[in-house]
Amino acid sequence: MAQHTLSVLVENSPGVLARVASLFSRRGYNIDSLAVGPTENPEVSRMTIVLNLEGHALDQVSAQLFKLVNVIGIQEMKSANSRQRELLMVKVSNQGSRSEIEELAKRFGGQIVEENSTSVVVEAVGTSKELATLLAELKKYGVKELVQSGLIAIESSDTTLAERTLQETGLASSESHSQTEDYQN
Amino acid sequence: MSNQITGAQSLVNALEQAGVDVMFGIPGGAILPAYDPIYDSKIRHILVRHEQGAGHAATGYAQATGRVGVCIATSGPGATNLVTPLADAHMDSVPIVAITGQVPGPAIGTDAFQEADIRGVTMPITKHNYLITNPLDIPKAIAEAFYIANSGRPGPVLVDIAKDALQKMTDYNYPTSINLRGYKPQTEPNAQSIRDAAALIAQSVKPVFYIGGGVIKANAAKDLLKLAELVGAPVVTTLMARGAFPDSHQQHLGMPGMHGTVAAVTALQKADLLITLGARFDDRVTGKLSTFAVNAKIIHADIDPAEIGKNRYADVPIIGDLGPTIRALIPAVEAEFKKNQPDLSTWWRQMGALREKYPLGYNEPSDGSLSPQYVIERIGALTGPDAIYAAGVGQHQMWASQFVKYEKPRTWLNSGGLGTMGYAVPAAMGAKVGAPDTPVWAIDGDGCFQMTNQELVTCALNNIPIKVAVINNESLGMVRQWQSLFYQQRYSNTDLHSKRIPDFAKLAEAMGCVGLRCESKSDVDKIIKEANAINDAPVVVDFSVHRDAMVWPMVAAGTSNDDIMIAKEMAPDWDSQEL
Repeated sequence: MAQHTLSVLVENSPGVLARVASLFSRRGYNIDSLAVGPTENPEVSRMTIVLNLEGHALDQVSAQLFKLVNVIGIQEMKSANSRQRELLMVKVSNQGSRSEIEELAKRFGGQIVEENSTSVVVEAVGTSKELATLLAELKKYGVKELVQSGLIAIESSDTTLAERTLQETGLASSESHSQTEDYQN
Repeated sequence: MSNQITGAQSLVNALEQAGVDVMFGIPGGAILPAYDPIYDSKIRHILVRHEQGAGHAATGYAQATGRVGVCIATSGPGATNLVTPLADAHMDSVPIVAITGQVPGPAIGTDAFQEADIRGVTMPITKHNYLITNPLDIPKAIAEAFYIANSGRPGPVLVDIAKDALQKMTDYNYPTSINLRGYKPQTEPNAQSIRDAAALIAQSVKPVFYIGGGVIKANAAKDLLKLAELVGAPVVTTLMARGAFPDSHQQHLGMPGMHGTVAAVTALQKADLLITLGARFDDRVTGKLSTFAVNAKIIHADIDPAEIGKNRYADVPIIGDLGPTIRALIPAVEAEFKKNQPDLSTWWRQMGALREKYPLGYNEPSDGSLSPQYVIERIGALTGPDAIYAAGVGQHQMWASQFVKYEKPRTWLNSGGLGTMGYAVPAAMGAKVGAPDTPVWAIDGDGCFQMTNQELVTCALNNIPIKVAVINNESLGMVRQWQSLFYQQRYSNTDLHSKRIPDFAKLAEAMGCVGLRCESKSDVDKIIKEANAINDAPVVVDFSVHRDAMVWPMVAAGTSNDDIMIAKEMAPDWDSQEL
């Protein structure tokens, strides 16, 4: 399975999410998860898209995405040089096994955040893989309800995606963006 | 406050400032405020009879002139009637701007009368689109729309404007410059890519220029001629590129693809290098992709980075405007040729033999009825290469691409990508408006003609004297051809019975045009000359032609180009060819 994480800076304007979703749907690209949120710049939003690219080249997906006028910059996030996290909230049956569940949650850096008469809510932040393992272990207590966010990612390096993108899109200099240069080389 | 104007006036001012001289449209409720200042504007507004006609007319205008075509419609059904021409222009990369009215801002989303989410509907079939609810945003959106439509890879842009934004008072500020941080088309090619391409060209002994419509969009036909003559390789021009390279040129092998010439199709198949300029490896050209030009390296030059590697891996991609690209390639190739100029004589001997043995041709019907190919060939011969020819979609389109000889860019207009039946009449109308001194023939089928002929009324009333040849085979000819070949002659729903119903000549007369009829070969020249002599009214000629004529050669859909047929169950005689 060819899974990739793309960070995409987009104009914070109406309809952008629909444009991106429509493009992925039309071209047959499978989205595993999608998270959209604000950035340090109020005019710009950031999408983190996890793609399962069976039979499609990442270059082609990026190039199609970059054709959208509202897309400012794209970068692939590699696990080696970025921090990638998801949020999991899961309502688990509590039949006298609270301390076991709490122990388990803590092992994954999580905690019990709500308690009811017959259930508890476990909250944890982690990589997709960690959360999948946690969830598998919680299943034996009985998962009543599951909510999981899309993945978000930030690069470990000193520079920001916006800084790199500003250069790439020629706002910092008069050069054309290097996005297309990459495809040439 | 005294300098404030209505949003509608702001729209019209912006259109004028964007350089619009003509637009095609129909008013209606939501766009009505805009039509009041249009009444006083210097922009010529041509009132069409169906919004689809407005859209294709804008496309025809743009194809013929290279300028942005403009159409305008109201909300809801007016806007949705533009969907087909927008999709058409998107597939063929034609710069048009569509203005639509939208229900008032507060009513958006309430399923108001004549409300349709046209921005949502057209997202996948426009290059970009806008929904404007604040009148202050109108001039900027218009300026951006024209810039986006006609820069980079051209395409359609829709600007949807809420009625109350047109009615409110606003300040007018047309932007002096446009800076879209997410849209910076790369026009100058990478120097290293140019050198790599030149090096490949200098190593190739079986090169072919695979020329697409991008050469015409980039106004690079003259540059192409120089490069092609420098390299000396065979040239093929796709359906969208007919006219990008002179048909009379000895290096031209014709059109490749499903109905291409044997020489053009085979040249691509057997090449060791495709010099691909502004083409996109469409399935109608490649046939079964895995068997396409298997021994060829690919130079792929295009302004759209997303075309690179989409269908076929490019050994040397070149992203940029084709004008600068080709002009950079010329000295680079010259430099390489000083070191080594390959000998193409063997390659030319093979291709020349194929061209000679398998020229385009047709058999006259044995019953003495009129051959459609002959009619189209004579229209081209008698009207000449300075005229503009617009085709619908189907057999007549393929024959018009095969048997009219094109020498210049922007003289052949057709719906290549979307394959829109009904394109010809409104596109010819738009072309004639853009090039009023040029003869414009719509070469149409009887099926296509019945989809959009109402625009002949528009032509008659607005002094747009186009000529229409209805190649009347009383059927949906291309579909019928497929039924003949692949469905055991079971002609399900392809018989249009259009021998006399409708009577096309009478229909033409009823719409204020001259209606002519031609049924025999001996009359063909006389009637074409008669039509060509009429310049004060649109002319429609009903050519009653043989219905069983087929388009050949043919590469059946989904099969390999290697399996090209020159007639039914008849492959070229490959054994006698040294390939």
